[in-house]
Amino acid sequence: MANTPEDLAYTKDHEWIRAKGDLATVGITDYAQKQLGDVVYVELPKVGDRFEATEPFGSVESVKAVSEIYMPVTGSVVEVNETLNDSPEQINEDPYGDGWLIVVKMENPAQADGLLTSAEYEDYIKAEAGE
Amino acid sequence: MLKRTALFEAHLALGGRMIDFAGWEMPVQFSGPTQEHLAVREAAGLFDVSHMGEIEVQGPGAIDLLQRVTTNDVAKLHDNQVQYSILTNQDGGILDDLLVYRINHEYYLLVVNAANTIKDFNWIKQQAGSFSAEVHDTSAGHILLALQGPRAEQILQGLTDHMLDRIPYYWSQRVSVDGCESRISRTGYTGEDGFEIFCSPSDARHLWNRLLVVGHPHGLVPCGLAARNTLRLEASLRLWGNDMDETTTPIEAGLGWAVKLAKRDFIGRDVIERQKREGPGRKLAGFVVEDRAPARDGYPIVVDGLEVGTVSSGSPAPFLKKNIGMAYLASRYAAAGTSIQIMVRGRPVPARIAEMPFYKRGKRFD
Repeated sequence: MANTPEDLAYTKDHEWIRAKGDLATVGITDYAQKQLGDVVYVELPKVGDRFEATEPFGSVESVKAVSEIYMPVTGSVVEVNETLNDSPEQINEDPYGDGWLIVVKMENPAQADGLLTSAEYEDYIKAEAGE
Repeated sequence: MLKRTALFEAHLALGGRMIDFAGWEMPVQFSGPTQEHLAVREAAGLFDVSHMGEIEVQGPGAIDLLQRVTTNDVAKLHDNQVQYSILTNQDGGILDDLLVYRINHEYYLLVVNAANTIKDFNWIKQQAGSFSAEVHDTSAGHILLALQGPRAEQILQGLTDHMLDRIPYYWSQRVSVDGCESRISRTGYTGEDGFEIFCSPSDARHLWNRLLVVGHPHGLVPCGLAARNTLRLEASLRLWGNDMDETTTPIEAGLGWAVKLAKRDFIGRDVIERQKREGPGRKLAGFVVEDRAPARDGYPIVVDGLEVGTVSSGSPAPFLKKNIGMAYLASRYAAAGTSIQIMVRGRPVPARIAEMPFYKRGKRFD
């Protein structure tokens, strides 16, 4: 079973965010990295790029597929995890830690409260996996 | 409703992730594409490829019918020999690629792509009119396993008394494998040594499990379609539907070696002969991406701002650890060493045309 820390918020597209004030760190979930398999390439936006919630902001590629990643909240990118260029496998090894993707400055921090809790996300992936 | 092979339950029991492939519910992966791919290069892998179609052609006119519908020279085959060949239409387009097994001079087994089985069967039957030959789709009666990798022979030898080292590349033999009547051939779609094993559906589960048990100490793992795809791409083996189809000819696809113009007339011969003489306007070429971004099926290819082709198969290559692919390109851009750009989600990424095959196994028998 996938790991879903309780202090994070989740999306149905399998991203997580860790919100603090108006800043949010964004990554993909343990369940998502397991579904993808070994990540071989990550395409991320530049600092300063602005995205609406649910807009695709990059992609994560495994050997067999490309998966788009979607913004959990509206905001501008203030930091990008450049180490993923050389070590994309960090997404598999530590999806909630070293495998983070970007930090966003949220325009409306209340959006984060509308995302799934860890319990809700667990129910969602159980249903998706047909368990 | 998707079709299932006799091994469907066995795949679920091993944690296989199932997908729809050409109307079949097949395992795309077990432990993971990369691990499975590397196991086949370094030890061995076992694939269920029962979705492949089998068509039997029998009768005094079987050879003449096959000479008419396929591009290779069936007359060159001896009993138990196997040949790679192509079914072409009147325009020289590729209906399918296939293996032709000669059982005896009046009995041939064709192994065709799952997506094309019914089309191929109808096509061959339609051409059979004036020939004294019967054509049967026997796919339902066949299970096909592929045991591939440098340890494949050693593993299979543990389950049969037949001396496997006497079966050369592209030859087959009827043998008993752990008590199951089978036909095995030294063939495959991975670029490795290995065998393909035909058996009856009632023996499938027994053989599958026995092979995995006997092979386990040798590093054998069950493999899915994802690894099969990256293995064949590294070995530059074409995939019908990606790297060739009814709109491409064997010459364009770089399969001229499987076309024998010297034999009697065959369907599509005129077009193919002219193209071989004049040179095709476009060609399938291999490329290596000079960037971390993988090229994927369908990405456009650009030279000097001009679109000159499309990626037909592209992927990270787990053993070679490069991003590789094949593409149809205007012939003037298809020479090895040519610099091209691949459009990856709107970003031009540098790549270079490379000699194929990308991967060739070391010779082990000479």
